[in-house]
Amino acid sequence: MTVAAEIERCFRAEHGRVLAALLNQLGDFPLAEDALQDALVNALERWAIDGVPHNPGAWLLTVARRRAIDRLRRAETLARKLVILETLDSQEEPAMDDEIPDERLKLMFTCCHPTLALEAQVALTLHTLGGLSTQEVARAFLVSEATMAKRLVRARSKIRNAGIPYCVPPAELLPERLDALLAVIYLIFNEGYVATGGDIPIRHELCSEAIRLAHVLVALLPPQEPLVAEVRGLLALMLLHDARRETRLDAAGELVLLQEQDRSRWDQAKIREGIAVLDEALTLRHPGPYQVQAAISALHAEAPTSAATDWQQIAALYHTLAKLVPSIVVEVNRAVAVAMAQGAAVGLPMLLRLADQAADFYPYHAARADLLRRTNQYEAAADAYAQAIALCGNSAERAYLQRRLDELNRCMG
Amino acid sequence: MKYMLLMYASEAETPQYTPEEQQAIAQAWYAFGQEATAAGVLLGNNGLTSVTDATTVRVRQGKSLLTDGPFAETHEQLAGYYLLECQDLDEAVRWAAKIPLAQYGSVEVRPLNVWSQKA
Repeated sequence: MTVAAEIERCFRAEHGRVLAALLNQLGDFPLAEDALQDALVNALERWAIDGVPHNPGAWLLTVARRRAIDRLRRAETLARKLVILETLDSQEEPAMDDEIPDERLKLMFTCCHPTLALEAQVALTLHTLGGLSTQEVARAFLVSEATMAKRLVRARSKIRNAGIPYCVPPAELLPERLDALLAVIYLIFNEGYVATGGDIPIRHELCSEAIRLAHVLVALLPPQEPLVAEVRGLLALMLLHDARRETRLDAAGELVLLQEQDRSRWDQAKIREGIAVLDEALTLRHPGPYQVQAAISALHAEAPTSAATDWQQIAALYHTLAKLVPSIVVEVNRAVAVAMAQGAAVGLPMLLRLADQAADFYPYHAARADLLRRTNQYEAAADAYAQAIALCGNSAERAYLQRRLDELNRCMG
Repeated sequence: MKYMLLMYASEAETPQYTPEEQQAIAQAWYAFGQEATAAGVLLGNNGLTSVTDATTVRVRQGKSLLTDGPFAETHEQLAGYYLLECQDLDEAVRWAAKIPLAQYGSVEVRPLNVWSQKA
């Protein structure tokens, strides 16, 4: 690896932890971010000559602290700086070899505070904890770098100006805050997993980053904390999905359904890891939707062929999931699973009961089309495919549905 | 940190309350005020009359322009405020959620600017 690449890898790995510790000392997010950027500039110069230091995180923290003091001394507005300066001056500068404390849990919750706009939470988490550059985050969300920079600056300012506390939420708020944090991580994963077109390497980066964040979260929370079960559940779910990443799209970039994917190209190591993480989650006896979804994904992953899939178990798990998070998505998936387990003639009436609630939901029409086709109701099936296509926003999925409709039309002659 | 809690509700949609309901409502507001005072967070508060009693003043090119009513037509109108001293935003939000108006209206929680925090 070239020196420049090694330095960049290092920055990426250390960014979150250094910022978290720095923010703990300064209590001012914009100042912390600016000071860290200053330190990174210094590092680029020095490390190119002296090599990467033995403890790069501590080096960056120490230098960032000094740069923060410089900035404060130069700052125009008096109001906050005296308070911070006094605190910093009274502390001893940490030795460059000391292990820097891990405050990343505070940082994760702060970045995902509910009073920030969701897109700001996602951008801040990726930039601050993921160590992605502003440009990389901008590319991931298909906005200009200037737009993303503004979004990040505004979010950090709000954190400081509005007094968002820098802490792990108290016990009474922890469940809902953790939910919000997991939702952001899963959003990042799906952004990488589901999106089609755009920058492929960035897409993979987002999936890996989301998985890494979930690992960090598991490592930082107390192991016996029951809420960790759902964190593990999400981690397992993402690992199991990620294992199938290579087979989701074919060479032409078209969508390949689960039952048609080449299972020999599924990442078995990720599948084993996902199942192990899920097993650990289940020992905590604190069930939740991510664990159930991971269990469904595990059943798919463990089936050596599509035909060998345990649809009966999957249908039962969707039933459980429906009780935890009642939603039309879950009900549609459940009907589909029942159709696979007990036949289309059984699944179709279950699905049709959802007609009113699911009218605008294209997967409902797609599932309906498939079951109508399997019960030889071809014209109704064609009509349902057309409805699904009209409602579908995803180009790869739309193309897939169109292919099925074309196939059907050819059959009907 | 000092926060302004600005209370907005739709005047057009205020229901007609029975005397018993009105008494219960008054009691709820009183209880909130007492709780905030006892916790040492309440710095001040006031209620406003309807926006139909408002006058908006703008001075442009040396001329005073007066309009009848609020600064802009909005779906919800400013009804009053609380000024609180809180540890952080989470605490301010907890208090905002207890305000009776939050059940049917909107409470905007905004920090005082950095110079006003000092006073």
